[in-house]
Amino acid sequence: MHVSSLQLQRRTHAAAGPAPFRWLLIGTALLFLGLFLFIPLVAVFTFAFEKGAGAYLASLAEPETWSAIRLTLTAALIAVPLNLAFGLAAAWLIARFRFPGRDLLITLIDLPFSVSPVIAGLIFVLLFGRQGWLGPWLAEHDLHIIFAVPGIVLATLFVTFPFVAREVLPVMQAQGSDEEEAALTLGASGWYTFLRVTLPKVKWGVIYGVILCNARAMGEFGAVSVVSGHVRGVTTTLPLHAEILYNEYDFVGAFTAASLLTVLALITLVVKKYVEWRAHTP
Amino acid sequence: MAQRARRRILPGFGLSLGLSWLYLGLLVLLPLSGLFLKTVTLTWEQFWETVASPRALAAYQLTFGASLVAALANAVFGLLVAWVLVRYRFPGKSLVDALVDLPFALPTAVAGLTLTSLYARNGWFGRYLEAAGVQVAFSSLGVVVALTFIGLPFVVRTVQPVLEDIDADVEEAAATLGATPWQTFTKVIFPSILPALLSGFTLALARAIGEYGSVVFISGNMPMRTEIVPLLIVTKLEQYDYAGATAIAVVMLAASFALLLAINLLQRWTQRRFEVRPG
Amino acid sequence: MSVAVEQLTKQFTAGGSPAVSEVSFRAPAGAITTLLGPSGAGKSTILRIIAGLEAPDAGTVLIDGVDCTNLSAQKRSIGVVFQSYALFRHMTVRENIAFGLNVRKLPRPEAEARVDEMLKLVQLEELGQRYPGQLSGGQRQRVAFARALAIRPKLLLLDEPFGALDTRVRVELREWLHELHKQTGVTTLLVTHDQEEALEISQHVVIMEAGRVAQAGPPAEIYDRPATPFVASFVGGTSVLNGHIHEGRAQVGSLIVAAPKSAREGEAVRAYVRPHDIKLMKTASGNGGNSAAPGRVERLKPVGGYVKVLLKLPTGDTVTVEVPRTEFDQLGVAEGDAVHADVRTANVFVGDFSI
Repeated sequence: MHVSSLQLQRRTHAAAGPAPFRWLLIGTALLFLGLFLFIPLVAVFTFAFEKGAGAYLASLAEPETWSAIRLTLTAALIAVPLNLAFGLAAAWLIARFRFPGRDLLITLIDLPFSVSPVIAGLIFVLLFGRQGWLGPWLAEHDLHIIFAVPGIVLATLFVTFPFVAREVLPVMQAQGSDEEEAALTLGASGWYTFLRVTLPKVKWGVIYGVILCNARAMGEFGAVSVVSGHVRGVTTTLPLHAEILYNEYDFVGAFTAASLLTVLALITLVVKKYVEWRAHTP
Repeated sequence: MAQRARRRILPGFGLSLGLSWLYLGLLVLLPLSGLFLKTVTLTWEQFWETVASPRALAAYQLTFGASLVAALANAVFGLLVAWVLVRYRFPGKSLVDALVDLPFALPTAVAGLTLTSLYARNGWFGRYLEAAGVQVAFSSLGVVVALTFIGLPFVVRTVQPVLEDIDADVEEAAATLGATPWQTFTKVIFPSILPALLSGFTLALARAIGEYGSVVFISGNMPMRTEIVPLLIVTKLEQYDYAGATAIAVVMLAASFALLLAINLLQRWTQRRFEVRPG
Repeated sequence: MSVAVEQLTKQFTAGGSPAVSEVSFRAPAGAITTLLGPSGAGKSTILRIIAGLEAPDAGTVLIDGVDCTNLSAQKRSIGVVFQSYALFRHMTVRENIAFGLNVRKLPRPEAEARVDEMLKLVQLEELGQRYPGQLSGGQRQRVAFARALAIRPKLLLLDEPFGALDTRVRVELREWLHELHKQTGVTTLLVTHDQEEALEISQHVVIMEAGRVAQAGPPAEIYDRPATPFVASFVGGTSVLNGHIHEGRAQVGSLIVAAPKSAREGEAVRAYVRPHDIKLMKTASGNGGNSAAPGRVERLKPVGGYVKVLLKLPTGDTVTVEVPRTEFDQLGVAEGDAVHADVRTANVFVGDFSI
């Protein structure tokens, strides 16, 4: 299974090769990264502020922007805790026990990563959409899932549920169960052991998984796009909102929304680096 | 003495098993089975008609073709970036290293918007490229650019740990045995990172094939020319052609699972070849 | 509080050989009992079964006469010290020691007092606020002992507690454990593959081989009267001499040694001789009827305070003789010399020699 990024060990190697060759390689690498990473990153903010700070703040103040932000936050606030609970349960289960169906479970957890986000949205439409399996029943009871907030939450849950499990599992496996066994011999109950011994041990893996899960939950586009119906002010998340504005040629507005999401991404990267650093310095 | 039932010593088996299967069942298995049920209701003709239509074929060609090119570009440059990050020191290295993960953390829509604006006719890059006769935005080239951005971290992050793990000792041994730096690279270093490189390539490929958000802006979405397969699915859904959307989705899933299988086999092969777990 | 196991059996892989097979023994109350044996002999498995960390396929575990086989590990009130220490790395030393007390909801002042008592017992009073990562291996292991003893266990189980430590620290802690046991008097079951450890500090030894008990008894008995060839060669160094029964005695080359009464004329025997039970002489002077065997010195290995002399006998067997330095210097022997070896005592086995 996937190796947690937290387990990367950093060692510096002696520089190899003659200096000019080295700088050629470094230069090429930086050029590639500049083209594909740095410049786009700078561009987001440049485009957002193209018409000045006033226009930027005006876009931010739009009520539709705020409802998009609210919806994005709602989806994340529901998805992240649920996925955290699942991730901890699944990681504990897979790391500590052998049972029939274990391999299948592991494969299923990797599923959202190998499936297009559009398909992730599609399966919920097939289930809950107007012509879906439960469509008629839902219509009867005036329940709306597709083209409404519950659908967005479900789609978000689907694409983000593996993150916590994938980051915590390798850490649990690497650490072994010695401490838990010691706790048992000292008389601790299952929950006491899990809360006081296991969780503190894997805390960095958990935090790492949570921030990745959150970043994805807030930024998901494809799956949410399929189930949302793009109803402005109601079922548009921030990414969808950016798309709508872009299609209306409101570039400043679109990039204002994009800039918020980019700041979120940058914060995620910073927290990620911090967690990696803390996890390696005892 | 009678055989005792297998007792589990560590606590929480029942709870974690139940919770995990319940969650997965509701969130994954149930919706997926909806998909398969739908597939089964299609007749073979219906299925084939949608899946092999000219529009679909053009979409496959674009999606798989562009994904392959992008993954290859990432394999080459990703290896370069990983190499530079692991073996050399330069100012700002830490920052660069952190930024490599940007495509992971950035919402795909933001990537899509930004790349389109950059490569459009009057964009920062676009103006020079168009003058030189190269059209990136609203062409298949633009799709490749977007998919390269998306797949960038995969190769770098799979190759980096392997490169870091290569003991300086091994290279020094090669040098004392008379190997030139190039020989050391081709005969000692490259073979040991090849599995990781392949793995990263496959991951980038799998991600590119399913990618939607970053591509739909820059591609222009012209059917038969710049329409990717995920967009085709979305279009069919918007027309309430659930059957058609499902059919195409099945083709995509089949490709994804084949790739997933390849990744798993690759990882198992890697582990067997280089099984030097610390004791 | 004594502990006994009866007919314990445990198999890990279906179809493979059992890790533990019908093992029964008794560890007397208040003593240190050692489970000794090579790696894979099943000793750790038995310890874990007694601790409640593994469930046996068959057999019973009796603690003080009470059947605890189906009791969970949490309820057995046993202190366990693991080879890897298994300290809670995110808790301080004090918090580690107090863990079992907090589980039992001991009132704060009492718990603190008990922690102080334990720190004093293991001589780590100043290190209470440190984290395990800041301690040396020996210190960590002492914290592990303190943590296990804090709950006043009926039984202390030690799973190769000194295995991960340097030789010098190991020897120091061995002595420390002996003193600790004198103070606490807790029934202790020690698992180790280090026979010096076993012989030095335990009152009772159980030798295990391939999942079965080979012999059980006081250390001296194990050493002087091994019950099987395996025990003879596992505990204490030994040389093996081949011979056969002749006129009621074992004739091993030109040595004559007492033989088991059940031996038949002409039967093949093996004599297991301890390196210090052989006396080297320059000449074959008569020695109360036992003629000493001639041999050639193949190699001399000085090891600190004594010398290991590898002697090749005419029968083809090689014996190792341990000679104290002073005696060796007096003897004045060099490699290639011819000497005579007089075997004082040997353990003779007839029949099945499989080790």
